[in-house]
Amino acid sequence: MNWKAFGAMLARDAHVARRNAIQLFFQTFLQPLLFVFIFGRVMVGSGYMPPQYKSLLLPGIIAISMVFTGIWAVAMPLIAEFQWTREIEDRLLAPIDIRWIAIEKVLAGMIQAAVAGLVVIPLAWLVLGRGVGLSVQSPVEFIAIVLLVSAFSACGGLALGCSMNQQHIGLMFSMLLTPMIFFGCTYYPWSALDKFPILQKAVLINPIVYASEGMRGTLVPQFPHLSTLATLAALLFFDVVLLVVGLRQFDKKAIS
Amino acid sequence: MAVGVRTQDLRKIYSSAPPMAAGGFVARGSAKGSKQPKPQITALDGLSLEIQPGEIFGLLGPNGAGKSTTVGVLTTRVRPTSGQAWIGQHDVWKEQAEVKHLIGVVPQRPNHDFSLTAREILIFHAAYFGMGSKERNERADSLLEKFKLTDRANQMVRGFSGGMMQRLSIARAMMHDPQLLFLDEPSAGLDPQTRILLWDIIRDYNREGKTILLTTHYMEEADALCHRLAIVDHGKIIALDTPQQLKASIPGGYLLRLRFGNQTPELLQRLQSLAGVREVRSNDGTATDVYADRGGSLIPEIAAVAVSAGGELSDVHISEPSLENLFLHHTGRSLRD
Repeated sequence: MNWKAFGAMLARDAHVARRNAIQLFFQTFLQPLLFVFIFGRVMVGSGYMPPQYKSLLLPGIIAISMVFTGIWAVAMPLIAEFQWTREIEDRLLAPIDIRWIAIEKVLAGMIQAAVAGLVVIPLAWLVLGRGVGLSVQSPVEFIAIVLLVSAFSACGGLALGCSMNQQHIGLMFSMLLTPMIFFGCTYYPWSALDKFPILQKAVLINPIVYASEGMRGTLVPQFPHLSTLATLAALLFFDVVLLVVGLRQFDKKAIS
Repeated sequence: MAVGVRTQDLRKIYSSAPPMAAGGFVARGSAKGSKQPKPQITALDGLSLEIQPGEIFGLLGPNGAGKSTTVGVLTTRVRPTSGQAWIGQHDVWKEQAEVKHLIGVVPQRPNHDFSLTAREILIFHAAYFGMGSKERNERADSLLEKFKLTDRANQMVRGFSGGMMQRLSIARAMMHDPQLLFLDEPSAGLDPQTRILLWDIIRDYNREGKTILLTTHYMEEADALCHRLAIVDHGKIIALDTPQQLKASIPGGYLLRLRFGNQTPELLQRLQSLAGVREVRSNDGTATDVYADRGGSLIPEIAAVAVSAGGELSDVHISEPSLENLFLHHTGRSLRD
């Protein structure tokens, strides 16, 4: 294992991320913060939503920001770099097993997703104003959830980025990510689906459910949520599956 | 220490469209029945060669001959269907990281990291190869200078002209001082001046004891640069020798491409018996290729023979000894076809 090459590739990704920082910032945070403002501030302030909704909403917004950032940070560069310009070729020719290049991309995506998740907490807190009741009872569980959600989003980005062409990016967001976010228990807890039993079972195939419910269980345990152990296990399962699929797809794209 | 290259019976069959990066290919396989709708494309058909350390070796052939696929296999970028390849002592497929340390690759089309500036492309490339910070900065500056890119060093490469991107590709390939440099169609799209600069750079690099493998479909480039040359067609080597020996191997050396109003077997026979004629080939009933050891001085005799055989000479093209003639002699096709 060539750690120097691996580190240099991480440094390259950090350098590019710094260069695009402002663009990345708006891309990642504008939509969730607008949502927080309208639903958490305007709707609650005007009395259409109960005040507790603020605290219920925040973990879902964190999950969305992390998932979106991780997928975007890994999939978009890969889609562009595997296009006919083959920008990734200089890294494929670096003296390192090419699987490590994919793993480096995942690690870079995980870091970005975790940063996005941690940055959105104070930002959303500011936008929401008073009345947000976060209480982290088990920091270890919270860190584990953050790590597994970051890994899920980055591995998902790897699998998607190596399976899609540039012309399908729009489709990926409108047909895949948008439904996953809306059916991902992001804006409501899973228990809110009690009245829709079929839907409630069906959404369990959606990994974002475990991301939001895991965040809810570790940040606002006062609300009903799925068991944290179950969400950890489910996230781990999705991480492994997406990593295996992603590595295979990467190999297919990288070597003809 | 310079390294050599060896391949043994390399075969590559694409069952889907080959990637753009590997160039175009000639579809040769046929789909067997409706169960096999995908056409199979044979890019390499048992290619074996040996390149000596310190040699400038050329692969010459038309588009789709398998040159880029050969480079792809040797640079770990294309997985061969069967066969083996070694760079120095290292098996290309089993010891990829070691192989990648030894080689530098200039691709057919620029594949720069568009998120970086020209200088950053060189610096990060060197960092991937574990070069220290001071060393890589110094080397990047000297290569930028050598390739006349210093004034654009801190600009993003997206706006670079084709020639500038090509120069940067070569600088990048040389950044980690590889023992073996691959150049895939290095002068495609370059102006004549830059091409001469490129040739000088290749020769200089070779003088440092480095091995060079280049592919080209320009005969003059192969002739001017290469110590040895393999002529490739349909994924096979059809001739391999020094450019001089290869040219000398064409019967006679001169090629006269002739057309007659009426081409009879008797005419062909009488052409064959003219002094200096080595070989006569009739192509499609009207065109005839004559390989001979003289050129223009044969024409009056050919014209006379044609008249007496009842077939008037209608068109003449004479080419002097060249690799183009050699290719034609082996394949019946022009390199430019």
